[in-house]
Order: sequence, then C-alpha cells, then structure tokens
Amino acid sequence: MNLRRLFLILTPYAWLLLFFLIPFVIVMKIALSDYAISIPPYTPTLDLSAGWEGIKSFLSELDFENFSFLASDALYYTAYFSSLKIAAVSTVLTLLVAYPIAYGMAQASEEWRPTLMMLVILPFWTSFLIRVYSWIGILSNEGFLNQFLLWTGIISEPLAIMNTQKAVYVGIVYSYLPFMILPIYAALEKLDGSLIEAAEDLGCSKMSAFWLVTFPLSIPGVIAGCFLVFIPALGEFVIPSLLGGSDTLMIGKVLYEEFFSNRDWPVASAVAVVLLLILIIPIVLFQRNEQKQREANQ
Amino acid sequence: MAQQPGTRPVFAPWNDPDQKPLIQFKNVTKRFGDFVAIDDITLDIYRREFFALLGPSGCGKTTLMRMLAGFETPSAGTIMVDGVDIAPIPPNRRPVNMMFQSYALFPHLTVWDNIAFGLRRSDMPKDQIPARVEEMLRLVRLEKFSKRKPHQISGGQRQRVALARSLAKAPKLLLLDEPLGALDKKLRQDTQFELMDIQEKTGTTFVIVTHDQEEAMTVASRVAVMDHGKMIQIDTPDRIYETPNSVYVADFIGDVNIIEGTVAEAADGKVGIDWAEGQRKIVAAASSDIAKGTRVHFAIRPEKVAIATQEPADRANVIEGTVHDIAYLGNISTYKVELPGGRMMKAQVANDRRIARREITWDDKVWLSFTDTAGVVLLN
Repeated sequence: MNLRRLFLILTPYAWLLLFFLIPFVIVMKIALSDYAISIPPYTPTLDLSAGWEGIKSFLSELDFENFSFLASDALYYTAYFSSLKIAAVSTVLTLLVAYPIAYGMAQASEEWRPTLMMLVILPFWTSFLIRVYSWIGILSNEGFLNQFLLWTGIISEPLAIMNTQKAVYVGIVYSYLPFMILPIYAALEKLDGSLIEAAEDLGCSKMSAFWLVTFPLSIPGVIAGCFLVFIPALGEFVIPSLLGGSDTLMIGKVLYEEFFSNRDWPVASAVAVVLLLILIIPIVLFQRNEQKQREANQ
Repeated sequence: MAQQPGTRPVFAPWNDPDQKPLIQFKNVTKRFGDFVAIDDITLDIYRREFFALLGPSGCGKTTLMRMLAGFETPSAGTIMVDGVDIAPIPPNRRPVNMMFQSYALFPHLTVWDNIAFGLRRSDMPKDQIPARVEEMLRLVRLEKFSKRKPHQISGGQRQRVALARSLAKAPKLLLLDEPLGALDKKLRQDTQFELMDIQEKTGTTFVIVTHDQEEAMTVASRVAVMDHGKMIQIDTPDRIYETPNSVYVADFIGDVNIIEGTVAEAADGKVGIDWAEGQRKIVAAASSDIAKGTRVHFAIRPEKVAIATQEPADRANVIEGTVHDIAYLGNISTYKVELPGGRMMKAQVANDRRIARREITWDDKVWLSFTDTAGVVLLN
C-alpha cells in the first residue's frame, strides 16, 4: 500500500526530473560555457575520466559571461521587450475576438454546442506549420485578401500586410484563438442562467447584467485563456519568421538565429534560460489562478 | 376602527366587491410550440395576500410566475398589475421581485453586496442604501454574515439572503419559486413560519409556487390548485381541504378515501349512494341537487372516519370491515380497513393517550362510521 503511494507520488517527479530538470541543467551548463570551434561547439566539456580534478577544473571554467553579454547588447533586451509587447497585444486582440465567440457558443442551444466546439477544435487536425503557411497565400500582395478587396473596389492599391507586424498579429490571434475560446466558454457555459434573470429582476438592463454578473463570473476563464495565449506567444518563432518582416523582432527568432545561423550555442542557451525565467512569472500566476478556482469550486 | 367584542377582522378581500385586485390575469394562455402550458386562466390576487400556486411539476405554475416576473410573455390574454397591463414592461422595470428556486445569489459578491445589488440599480439615493441593507439583514437575522460570500454560508442562510435581496427594493409583489425546496424538513417548517412573519411585517403581496401541499396550506391565505395549465380550484386552505370541488383536488390535498357510486335516492339535500352490492347506501349531504342515477365520487378524509370494535348505533353511516394494516405515526394512527368486496378504507385516530394496550389489532373485525356531513359528494 505504501509502495503504491510512493510510486504514485514519485512518478510525476521522476517525469519532471527526466524531461525538465535534466534538460534545463544541460542548457544552463551550455549557457555558462564559452563558444568554441569544435564539436560540440562550446567549451569546457565534462571529462569524468579525469576524476575529481577534472570536475573542479570544469567548474572553474564556467562563468556568467554570456548573460552579461545579453545585458550589454541592445539586440537582446529589445528583442525581449518587443516579444513581451507583441505577446501582450496579441493576447488582448485574441481576447477581443474570442470572447464574443465563446459567449455565442454558450448561448447556443444545447444541441448545437458540440458542433460549435468541434468547429473550434477542427483546425488542430491540420499541421500548425501548414496553417501558418497558408496565411501567406491570404495576406501577401497578390493574396486572396488583396485580390478580393481590389475586386470589390474598396482599395486601389494592394495592402501591405505580409512581412509586417500586422501579419504576425493575425497569425498569433488565428493560431491561439482556440486556447482563449475554450476556457472562456467553459466558464460561461457553467454559468447559472437564473443569475442573469435575477440581475434583470433586480433592475439591470441586459447590458448591465452582462457587465455586473456574466463578465465578472467569466474572469477566471479569461485569465486562464490569456495565460494560455501569452506564454506560448512570448517565445513564438514560427509565426514571426514565416509572416513577419525585418521589423518584427522576437526572441524566438533571435534564439533560432543564434543557434542555427551563428552556431553560438552558449549565447543561444543563455537567451533560452532568460526566456524561461521571464516565463516563470506568468506560469506561477496562472497556477495560482487555477488553484484559487479549484478552492472556490469546493 | 371600533370592533364588536368577539369579532375579529377577517382578511378576505376576495369576498369584498369593493376591493381592487393587485394582479389580474385575464384569459391568459401560454403556448410553447404545440404545448399549452397555461390554458385560458383568469385569476385575481389581492394586496397583502399570501397566494400559493400548487400543483404537480409541469402543471404550469412556474410559467405563470415567470410571466409575472417578465421572463415569459403570454401568448394570449393580459396580465394587469395595479390596473396596468405589464406586457410591454421588461423584467427590470416591473414592481415585482422574485426569489429563485436556486436562490441565484451572485457568487462573486458578499451577502451585503447581494442585498444592495437591486438598490444600487434603483433611484434610491446612495447614502440611504446602507441603512436599507442593514434593515434587511436584521429582518432575516444575518447581520453577522454580511461580509461572507454565498459559498461560505449554509443553505438556510442562503435562502434568507435570497429573501432579503428580493425584499430590499420593497416590491409591490414578491414571487417565491419553491423557496424552501432545498431545505430539510425541520428547517422548512421553521422557515414557513418565518416567511409568514416577514410577509405580515412588510405587508408585501407574496405569490408562492410550490408542489408541497402542506407548505401551501401552512403559509397561504388562498391556494390555487393547478393541473395541466388550468386552475382547478382557488380557495382558502380550509375550504380546499374540506370542500374540494373535484376528485383531483380532494386527492391532491391530504389523504382521502374516494368511493365511486351511483345516486340511488335524493331528497332534502341528502343523497343515498349505492357503492357496493349488499351494502347499505352511503348517506351524504349534497350541496346541489343531483339527479338519481348520476355517477358520483364520495370523498371522505380518514380523520373523519371513526373506528370501533362495537357497532355504533347513532351514526348515519356504518360499514363493517377487518383491519388490514395499521400505520403508527406517533401523533396519529392510520387503520387500513378492508371492506367486504376487497375495497380499502382508511380511518385515522388521534393517539391522545400513551398506548399501554391497543384496543384494535390486525385482522380484527371493526365498524367504521361517519356522519352524513363528514364527506363530500363530487361530480367530477
């Protein structure tokens, strides 16, 4: 019986150790190393055959040089700030698009809800990469959108959306929309309809009943959705590199370039470690929100 | 008003032609698709009444109430409150408040804010709101819980918050949808008296929806028994109980023996009912003239049937039988007596003494008896 409990408790810890902590330690170690033209492209490497002395000299060669480099070069911190800004703006945009959709789904009749839910999840059946790629066909100068707008006569010159920040926002909002819709829908769907009736009965118009009752009660879903969009959007790489132009500076792209173009593994690792540290704050806040929700439901 | 000694003012505005009803339903019908939820109902409810809508689930009582609150609109007919047709008035502008079956307390607001919610939407000056909320908290005795959230208080307390919230705006009419449904029996009985108290104190007109006949009888000044969207009988609780107008009402309210038979003789406001071969006719007073040969139902409450081991001499109706079953309920005992021909009849006896020795036991031969005015003759 005790063994069983021990096993149950240890399994998730073992999982975390194996797939999170050990990789993190490896990345951290590379971040503390120096660039070298060798295989692997950094130094020092740990040589266990030299014994205790080997470990000591290995440790003495590790330093925080790469981190101070990140702080000294404007490229990196502007990339971080720009990523934070793009993630924050696209989170707000996603919320603005997702809330009415989630609200509509929750208002729909019982028989329609599974279908609507299906429609929200349906895009996941196609590869993320292909879906982002297909936006090029829509947004480019000769793309469907511009052709349609030119045909209707609304515009006379094609709109330059592709390879700008706008295309990145479109891509992020599109890609992460389901992650925002689903938690908001879950919060709205379990809302007791008699609460709205009670609000109206007590003198609220439909509009004020929404702002005073429906919206406050959906806030946990809104918070969950915002984190689910903000956290991955912050490190997003595919969308800015496919849809964005040279004016879109995001840390995910910088990371990729450090790693594959510059082959500077130590700096790339340092970038990744700092990104993780930045992400820990919203992740902790997200966990707190979930915890509070669970307690309130008990 | 000077009162004659020995007379008490009787609250019965429905008998007074000068009284104007607060609520009038005029030929109101409500259809949901093909389903007729409310079927041509005409009904008056008076000021300060505690009016109960009673019926099984699906009888239309909740729909009737939701039409008053404004959440449903009648398919035909008009509803007037204080002489004004309320059809075009949205729920948030009606002088009506509702206490919901689920209480519908706002989970994100404290008890205090829940009660203040309606006042903040009204034209009450801001500085008067706290005093009114305090008054409501005192009324339902929840002063100590004003800072709690709804999930931090008990079911009975939640019920009282819901009541305070719906009374805070001093509505002309308070609607209560199964208000005590979620409470256990003991608490329910206490709360019933509390509700009556509060109704009297505030002078508000209450309309309560319930499927619990005991609750309706306890709290209401008048009870409307509904079935399939129709009003079957609207009357005071005692009249509903003692003079039901149909087998449905007699059967729905309380315990009853119903015997089907044919009128064999009718004279002097009395009828003799043939109900079983070889048995003496049941003699009963009939309110209206009933022709010979009419099929009728004779309804009599078990407590009006006496049970004895000796044949009583002076009763209008005496029937012989054997005790089939005895249910001891503490304050009363119900005897289920098998009559010749297999029919069952229940007799109820108050246990006014602690039983040391029960006189009657299973399979005893007994005589059931009742007077000619104890039961009612029903035509439908």
